[in-house]
Amino acid sequence: MIDVNLAIDRPPEGPAPLLELRHLDTLWLQVTGTLCNLACRHCFISCGPKNESHPFMALEEVQRAVESAAAMGVKEFYFTGGEPFMHPQIREMIALTLEHGPLSVLTNGVLIDEELASWLAGVFETSRYNFDVRVSLDGTTPEENDAIRGRHTFEKILGGAERLHEAGLNPVFTVTTCHAELAESAGRQRFFDLLAERGITRPRLKFLAPFKIGREERRGGAYEEFERLREGMLDEEARASLQCSSCRMVTAKGVYPCPILIEEEGARMGDTLEDAMGPIKLDHPACYTCFVEGVTCRT
Amino acid sequence: MSDLRRFAVFGGVYNNFLSLEATLRDARALGCEAIFCLGDMGGFGPQPDRVFPLLRDVSDLFVMQGNYDHSIGNRLEDCACGYTDPRDNYYAQISYDYTLANTADAHKDWLRDLPTEFRHTWAGQRVLMAHGSPRQVNEFLWESMCPDAFLEHLLKSYEADVLFVTHTGIPWKRELEGGRQVINVGAIGRPANNGRTSVDYALVEVDAEGVRVDFREVAYDHEALAVVMREEGLPEPFVETILTGWWTTCLEVMPARERAAGVY
Ligand code: SF4
Ligand code: SF4
Repeated sequence: MIDVNLAIDRPPEGPAPLLELRHLDTLWLQVTGTLCNLACRHCFISCGPKNESHPFMALEEVQRAVESAAAMGVKEFYFTGGEPFMHPQIREMIALTLEHGPLSVLTNGVLIDEELASWLAGVFETSRYNFDVRVSLDGTTPEENDAIRGRHTFEKILGGAERLHEAGLNPVFTVTTCHAELAESAGRQRFFDLLAERGITRPRLKFLAPFKIGREERRGGAYEEFERLREGMLDEEARASLQCSSCRMVTAKGVYPCPILIEEEGARMGDTLEDAMGPIKLDHPACYTCFVEGVTCRT
Repeated sequence: MSDLRRFAVFGGVYNNFLSLEATLRDARALGCEAIFCLGDMGGFGPQPDRVFPLLRDVSDLFVMQGNYDHSIGNRLEDCACGYTDPRDNYYAQISYDYTLANTADAHKDWLRDLPTEFRHTWAGQRVLMAHGSPRQVNEFLWESMCPDAFLEHLLKSYEADVLFVTHTGIPWKRELEGGRQVINVGAIGRPANNGRTSVDYALVEVDAEGVRVDFREVAYDHEALAVVMREEGLPEPFVETILTGWWTTCLEVMPARERAAGVY
């Protein structure tokens, strides 16, 4: 007999789980806030050229957060935005952060010209800790990618990535699996083939499930009522595997649990990192995606 | 145990019975009074059962369980490395299935029941040995990914002054303030992605000053191993690593910095 659960689309009962921070392994910095040179259709924080809801972080703010995190024994740093390379002081920020630990910068790749690529490669070669650049690409053809990231972005992104590669940096390509077939192994192989054709011989790829919030909510639909986490759904292993058990996100407007929720009401935890060490409530539907898909934004 | 003056620490045997033999011989010839193995007996190399007679019921040898041993010991389906690179996954699965199929049940049971950490005090220093990290058996501690402050945090929270780990396959050590240190002993089962065919282990001297660690490089008959690997039908890229010293697979998890030192 097949069990049909007719209650599935009703909101689940019980309180949302609380999640403790085990240790601050990962510090995220929203260095360019919500300002971006693109306005991708799947952007879960609706970034774009005109979205100033989270402004740029000041160099001193970045320094303070990085030093506080280092004092807590942080393991790695990530810069995101918006588009980090829009920040006029991004190079100073990269340099000061790498004094304290490994860093990944998440970019759309469009602003990476030859001069920047060679500066970044120089940083990679000389810094004490690992330095990674992560470039977002959302398809293996202009049609697939540009439908999401905007007209002509496919070539611009690959151009930036090729310049990085020629300069000696091997970027990580991040693919959001908005096209379901790209998540399958044949879809993944298409990326390896594309990058190999472009001369990127040791391709590194990361696949991420889309979050149905921000602009993506309009593109792919919102969360259903039943897509919620409840106490009892999470065992110890599941808790440990949620990235927010080991990360926090610093922005110009304060500290948030993770990179996904910075535009969500009620997610702000405090002004400084020290204020944000307490447990969080996993009451947001995006948390459901993290749980079901095993999402981690880390490389 | 607390009066040891000289001992050896190694990890990552990966079925390489020839490098294991050579490592044990080297350590004993140097007068090591004890030898610690930090786990991962299987994977990658040929004829898994040939390492066990060298490891089991040997009085100077202390062996702990790695993540691979846990998987093999409990007859799990894969090594739980969690690659997304199809090529890495493909080879990791071949190597795992081969090891699982060719490890005798009695050895699997032995792997299943191994301890997961060692603690000792030498020269007043609290020494902790773990497989990946003291907090997680499969955590990778790569040199370029471990800030000093993070290592300090690990030592503090696990109440240790000296920490030995393996799991990544590439050796490194870091000295911190107050004589505290972290040592990744690398692996003896395959070379360290450095173009040399030899393997590495840690040689430790204890004196009044504290615990002093040096790496020893061990050459072994890697060509003979390659012959057995081919006879067993193991993938040619694995053989290439043994013959050249460059990693050809499992590169996805390696940080860009360590990877850039290799050829793939
Ligand atoms: S997805 Fe990235 S590149 Fe696209 S608008 Fe959002 S922040 Fe900008
Ligand atoms: S969205 Fe994901 S990472 Fe963020 S708080 Fe929820 S579960 Fe954690």
